[in-house]
Amino acid sequence: MHTPWNEFVPLLWEGLLVTLEVAIYSAAAAILLSAAGGLCRVSASPAVQWLAKIYIGLFRGIPLLVLLIWVYFALPFAGVELPKVAAAVLAIGLNYGAFGSEIVRSAIQAVPPGQREAAVALNFTPAQRMIHIILPQALVRMLPPFGNLLIELVKATSLIYFITLSDLTYQAMILRNNFLPSTAQIFGLLLVIYFLLSTVISTGVGWLERRLTEGRV
Amino acid sequence: MWDWHYAWSILPGLIASLGTAFSATFWGFIIACLGGLVLAGASRSRITAVRLASRGFVQFVRNTPLLVQLFFLYYSLPMVTGIAPSAFLTGIVGLGLHFSTYMSEVYRAGIDAVPKGQWEAAKALNFNGRQTWITVVLPQAIPPMIPVMGNYLIIIFKETPVLSAITLVETLLTAKNMTSASFRFFEPYTLVGILFLLICLAMSLLLRVVEIRYNRFTTGGKKESRKPAERRTNDKSANPVANREVYPG
Repeated sequence: MHTPWNEFVPLLWEGLLVTLEVAIYSAAAAILLSAAGGLCRVSASPAVQWLAKIYIGLFRGIPLLVLLIWVYFALPFAGVELPKVAAAVLAIGLNYGAFGSEIVRSAIQAVPPGQREAAVALNFTPAQRMIHIILPQALVRMLPPFGNLLIELVKATSLIYFITLSDLTYQAMILRNNFLPSTAQIFGLLLVIYFLLSTVISTGVGWLERRLTEGRV
Repeated sequence: MWDWHYAWSILPGLIASLGTAFSATFWGFIIACLGGLVLAGASRSRITAVRLASRGFVQFVRNTPLLVQLFFLYYSLPMVTGIAPSAFLTGIVGLGLHFSTYMSEVYRAGIDAVPKGQWEAAKALNFNGRQTWITVVLPQAIPPMIPVMGNYLIIIFKETPVLSAITLVETLLTAKNMTSASFRFFEPYTLVGILFLLICLAMSLLLRVVEIRYNRFTTGGKKESRKPAERRTNDKSANPVANREVYPG
C-alpha cells in the first residue's frame, strides 16, 4: 500500500501552526492565572484566600472538554460570543491556571520557614520578603512541575478539534477523509508529532532548570 | 436565557447517561491499575530489551494526547487487524492504556520510597525474594500509593467526555444530542458542567475521608504528632508518591 507522505505535509504544517498559536497563548494565560491564584492562595487576607480557593476548586472539578464546549457553544446564549481561538485560550487558560495555582502555592509553602523569619528579622517589608527571598527559591521548585503542566497543556490543545479549530488533530481528520487507506499512518504520524512537541518542551524546561539551579544546589 | 422547565425536563436523561461514564471510569481504572503493574514490573526487569521497551512505551503514551490515541485505536486498528471493537471497548482500553503509564510511575515512586535499609534488613534476615516483597516492601510501599490512585480515579472520570469523540454516548454526547433536538445549548451544557463538578467534589471528599480512616488504621489509632514546622508546609509533601505526579485534566 502506497502512503503519500509528502501530501500530508502542507495540511499538518498549517495545523501545527494553529496548535502552537493556541498552546502559546493558553500557556501565557495559564501562567498569569497560576501566579495570581497561587499568590492569592497564600495571601494574609482570608477573603482573598477563599476567592482563590473557589477559583481553583471550580475549574479543577470541571473537565476541560466540558468547559471548552460550554465557553464556545453555551456562552453565546448568555450574550458573550467569543472567536474560536479566544474561547480555546480562555478555557485552557482557566483550567490549567487552576492546576498551576496549586503548584505556585505549594512551591511558596515549601520554602523553609527560617527564610521568611530571617527576612522578618532583617526588617524586610512583606513585598521585599516575597520578591527577594521567597519567590527566587520557590521559582526553582516550580520549574519541574510547570514543565509537566506545559506538556499536559500541549496535549490538551488537541481538544480544540471539538470546536472545529483547524489544529493538528483536525487536519489529521481531514487527511483521513482524503486518504482513508492510510488512516493508521496518519494517526501514527500525528502521535509522533505530539511526542516531538512534548520532547522539545521537556528538554527546554530541563535546560532552564539547570541554568537556574547553577551554583545554587 | 435559562429555562427551568426545559432544564428539569432534560436532567433525568443526563443523570442516566452518567451510568456509561461511571462504567467507563471503572473499567478504565481497572485496566490502568493492572497495566501499570505490568509496566512497572517490566521496567524493573533484568532483561534490558524489556526494560527499554516498557520505558519507551511509558514515555510515548504519556507524552501524546488521549484523544489522538483514541482515534488511532478506533479508526486504524480495524483497518490493520480486521477486528472492530465497540466504541465502549475501545474507550476503556484507550483510557486504561493512557493511565497505565501514569499508574506505573505511581507504583515505581511507591517502591522507590521504601528506604534502602529495609531491603538490606530483609537480606540480612535471609528472606527470599517473595518474602522480601510480601512481608517487607509492599506493606510499606502500598499505603502512600492509595490516595494517589484514588486521585487518578477522579482524573479518569474527568477524561470520559473525550470518549464522545469516538461516538460513545456518554454524558457530553447525550447533551449534544439534546441540543440538536431542541436548539437550546445553554441548559444542557451548563448542567453537564454542574454534574461533573458536583461528582468530582463528592469523590474528592470521599477520598479524603477514606485517606484519614486509612491513616488511622495503619498508624494503629495513634494520633500523628507533627512538628509545627512540618505542618506549615504542603500536606502532600508528607507523601513521597503524591509529590511525584501532577496530572491536570
